[in-house]
Amino acid sequence: MSRHRVKAVAYDDDYDDDDDGYGSPDPEEQEFLEQCTADVLTQLRTGEPSVAATRAEVQEALWHYYNDVEKSVNYIRNKKVKELKKKESAPAPAAKAKGSAVPAFPIPPEPEPYQVPHFSAADFFRDTPWLNVPAHRKADILIEPLYPRLGLLGGNPESGGKVSKLAALAAARKKKEGDKASTATPAPALESEGSKPSLAEPKSASLSLRERLASNGKSPKPQGAQSPRPFGKSSRLGSHSPQKKPPPEPVKEAGSAEITPPRLELEDAVEPAKSQEKEEPAANIRASPSTFASTIVGNASRPKMTEPSPLYSNTLDLITIYGQDLTEPFDFTGPSPDDVVMNAQSSAKGFKSKQSTKAAGDKKNQSDLAGGMNNLSVAEKVNVKSKNLDVLSEYQKAKRKNAMNFAVIGHVDAGKSTLMGRLLADLKAVDQRTLDKYRREAEKIGKGSFALAWVLDQGSEERARGVTIDIATNKFETEKTVFTIVDSPGHRDFVPNMIAGASQADFAVLVIDSSTGNFESGLKGQTKEHALLVRSMGVQRIIVAVNKMDSMQWSKDRYEEIEQQVSSFLTTAGFQPKNIAFVPCSGISGDNITKRSESPNVSWYTGRTLVEELEATEPYSHALDKPLRMTIGDVFRGSVQNPLSISGRLDAGTLQMGDQILTMPSGETATIRSLEVDGEPNDWAVAGQNVVLNLANIDPIHLRSGDVICRASAPIPNITSFKAKVLAFEHLMPSMVDIHRGRLHVPGRISRLVSTLDQRSGAVIKKKPKIVAPGTVARIVVEMDHAVPLEAPTRIVLRAGGDTVAAGLLE
Amino acid sequence: MRLIKNKVELNGSGTVTLCPEEPEDMWHAYNLIRPGDLLRASAIRRVTTTQDTGSTTSARVHLTLEIRVKTLDFDPQSSQLHVGGQIINETPHTKIGQYHTLDLELNRNFTLEKEIGSDGEGVGWDSIAIQMLKDAVDEGGKRRAEAVAVVMQEGIAHICFIGQFQTIMKQKVEMSVPRKRQGGSDHDKGVTKFYQVTLDTLLRQMEFSTSAASLTSNEPVRPVLLTSPGFVAAGFQKHIQSVASTSTPALRRLLPNIVVVHSASGYLHSLAEVLQSPAVKTILADTKYARETKLMDDFLEQLRKETNKATYGPREVESAVDQGAVGRGGGVLIISNRLFRSQDVAERKRWVSLVDRVRDVEGGEVRVLSSDHESGRRLDGLGGVAALLTFPIIEDDVDSDDESQS
Repeated sequence: MSRHRVKAVAYDDDYDDDDDGYGSPDPEEQEFLEQCTADVLTQLRTGEPSVAATRAEVQEALWHYYNDVEKSVNYIRNKKVKELKKKESAPAPAAKAKGSAVPAFPIPPEPEPYQVPHFSAADFFRDTPWLNVPAHRKADILIEPLYPRLGLLGGNPESGGKVSKLAALAAARKKKEGDKASTATPAPALESEGSKPSLAEPKSASLSLRERLASNGKSPKPQGAQSPRPFGKSSRLGSHSPQKKPPPEPVKEAGSAEITPPRLELEDAVEPAKSQEKEEPAANIRASPSTFASTIVGNASRPKMTEPSPLYSNTLDLITIYGQDLTEPFDFTGPSPDDVVMNAQSSAKGFKSKQSTKAAGDKKNQSDLAGGMNNLSVAEKVNVKSKNLDVLSEYQKAKRKNAMNFAVIGHVDAGKSTLMGRLLADLKAVDQRTLDKYRREAEKIGKGSFALAWVLDQGSEERARGVTIDIATNKFETEKTVFTIVDSPGHRDFVPNMIAGASQADFAVLVIDSSTGNFESGLKGQTKEHALLVRSMGVQRIIVAVNKMDSMQWSKDRYEEIEQQVSSFLTTAGFQPKNIAFVPCSGISGDNITKRSESPNVSWYTGRTLVEELEATEPYSHALDKPLRMTIGDVFRGSVQNPLSISGRLDAGTLQMGDQILTMPSGETATIRSLEVDGEPNDWAVAGQNVVLNLANIDPIHLRSGDVICRASAPIPNITSFKAKVLAFEHLMPSMVDIHRGRLHVPGRISRLVSTLDQRSGAVIKKKPKIVAPGTVARIVVEMDHAVPLEAPTRIVLRAGGDTVAAGLLE
Repeated sequence: MRLIKNKVELNGSGTVTLCPEEPEDMWHAYNLIRPGDLLRASAIRRVTTTQDTGSTTSARVHLTLEIRVKTLDFDPQSSQLHVGGQIINETPHTKIGQYHTLDLELNRNFTLEKEIGSDGEGVGWDSIAIQMLKDAVDEGGKRRAEAVAVVMQEGIAHICFIGQFQTIMKQKVEMSVPRKRQGGSDHDKGVTKFYQVTLDTLLRQMEFSTSAASLTSNEPVRPVLLTSPGFVAAGFQKHIQSVASTSTPALRRLLPNIVVVHSASGYLHSLAEVLQSPAVKTILADTKYARETKLMDDFLEQLRKETNKATYGPREVESAVDQGAVGRGGGVLIISNRLFRSQDVAERKRWVSLVDRVRDVEGGEVRVLSSDHESGRRLDGLGGVAALLTFPIIEDDVDSDDESQS
């Protein structure tokens, strides 16, 4: 057919041509073949050493070498010499195809030998000694092939000696292509027997590749020399060779007929021809034995075909023919699952293209596959290696400055945030540029006096309204101590937030607005509530900053009046007088905060400045050796590397990187990917430190602020009801309350008033009181709708209707 | 609920035929129907018949069944009432004594019969039942007071429907909103997302049509109360406004009905405070729950100020009534209707007789609070019954009480 034709038409033509070719093969072709055969035979006879070969053999060889006379001669001679040496009977060239050359047949012959090792278990262990049964006995159990012979596909010679139409067609096409291509030797395609009556042994010439391949395994009747296919025998004999190495199995690749006869193994003994060498890599069709199999057989070599197995039938697994062998059983030739994992890990490259592993063999292929599977795994588990530190000893080794948290509390607009902004600014914890920026922006919206507060009030709503809404933390350092400011909101609506802040504090700074009227209203309002709250949450020391003294012209009388009133109140609230300190100051002007006021009006004050008072505070010890407890203050997205972070203060215990933690009440576990202490990365943290934990292996839905982090070994229980000893701030009766513990804020109800108690001795005064009056201590039972992580002894605060009604200790 | 037929005898027995019209009527029916009553309603029953050959056929048959009530199952979320019991009338498809569960349906009549047994078998139509029936039938037709309340705080929103007799918590929205942090804008983003989710949920629950065509419809919109501590509710209102002016103009219909009220916390029990706020009172003038809430507040106030002139708890209140402290001149008995729903006949009789005694003999006032309202829940916390007394009484039997209970 001519190349100038359009493709579609060409196809039609092709078909016609081939159809013609089917009945009557090209006589030119025949002639050429004959000629070549004659040449080869002559050369064989005349060459050194002289060997005799049958026509069939020669033609076979010719066919494989594409009518290359020289190569065929070499090949046949080598073979014959070997056979002679071994005194073995009639070897014959077995089927051969060039490495990855175009397949000579359109059928996919390659799967067939491939499936052979998997035919059955018995087959696989055929040559294990106890299975070494004489052939004649094996023949008895020959099973009729279950599958069609697929003769049509392969041009089955057994079925009436006619090549199938399709096979012939393909052969003819092949030949024509060979003609077109200007190769010196046109490929003699397979000829049908019928068309070659002149051949001495027509059958052998027309043997399909498949047939020949099958013969090496099958041959239910081993007839030796008188076999019309002597090479079948030879291949079997060849495989006797004990020193034969298991070459890698060819990859099953459509289009690459990498089938080489097992006979090639003989080439170990004899110098192989160049062309043969080429074919070697794609040699063995059988799987190399696994360590397991070799152990059983007692020989490192693969199972050998000592006997023609009746199981080696010509039958083909349909699956192997029509598709990939999906049902392939695990063969032990591949790496073990452990190896697979190791390979996958070592070659973190992952999945290589299957195509690229052509001759690499099954082993690699399988490991790649498994590696691919490995990579495919959906849930990416983050493994963080724990350093297994002894955190306590690390902590003792680390010479850190004392770290302390203090809460800034007070009535709304007492100037808490501004005072702290001033403190940070004067201690250079905030740079001047930022301050100037805040000042400009604050003036733009007409709130110039709020500029300092903006250091802590970062929220847009807070700035717009000029009110602190949520707690803000910031840290600064003095020579001795690292302080963390917890700036609380003063507004009564945000007392829950203030409670969260105060629960993180070691001591408190109570800011009081000294200006006329504001002090008085504050004392009734959140000045009182906050002071009571911090006291009931365990804060011992309180520093009272009498703020806005500049607006009172630093009046000593005013200061003393405030001091007297506040100290009497604080004493009744339960603070010891030695733990109360007063500092007159001004947040807006900065007097008596970090530096003494230079104003002559303040000369009467000789006490310490606010910072000096802060530093005078004794450091507190924390329960380092108790089980881990940490209340989540915030759940947020830390950064791209840390998509899930939580912050809070460690209430008790220690933790380190890589630890498994449990969150309550959800009961989910998480891994600490990394952690930060006071904003700096560290490997461990201890109670009392403010930490940010970057978590992995948990869904953020399980984390809410107010949840508790603990360890699975010592979990905090989730409870729905508890008994508590509380100090009543308001009348208590069975009613709905909000329960606060740090960030934890849940609804609940007082279900029972158990008894009122004596404040000092704790003795029961009255059982089952109808109502508990303010200021008395009572034992109550509180129920909640949902289970909440709480355990004794925990300090809780009960609020109702926007007021704190009671605070106390869980029992 | 429409009263179709009323045949209540003087002695308290008799039948009533009612037609529920609104979902809340199911709640009334739930309170009216008691175990032991006879209920007649239409039903669909699957009847299986066995042929002589042994093959079975089953068919769904529409029947009118009369059952003796055994169990009541009320789902307040969907306002569905299932009444189970034994069939007492004979039909071609059912036998007497077979069990059936009647599902009461809207706009389908049902007949309720209460009998007076010889030895206290049933209690018939007692004063409470008659009162409930009157409440249910609502002759005045002034029961349109309904509102939607969104009780929120940062990260939590409760959407509830306030009806005449019930407050139904429809849905809770809970989201983790990041706190403010140094230099982070997560907080604002989180809050906006929270508002949007809450708004979507609210509109879905209200079945509020947001299509452009609905802008012109004059379907009435219920008042929406947004309540929160701090600025959350105000922020939510602002969010709704901005959504209405940008993407969803249909929301403009909603805007005039929004009222922002302060509440102490974002949990449901702060609804009491909301309902007392003047802004809400103007919208929902003289509704039952507002009165009930006021009553509870008065009671608690009394308890605080003059502890001995108020009491609560079943035993304490009964003893106060015995002493004649709940009488003319300010005596008020506050009782939750949960007590009348008791399965135990004797229990119910105890409370009905207490109510009758206070009202008829002592001359005091009786208020029955709906246990499905916030105020009723507060009362339930106190044991379901409380009383404002005309004179202080000293309770000295507390200790003996305590011992007998423990």
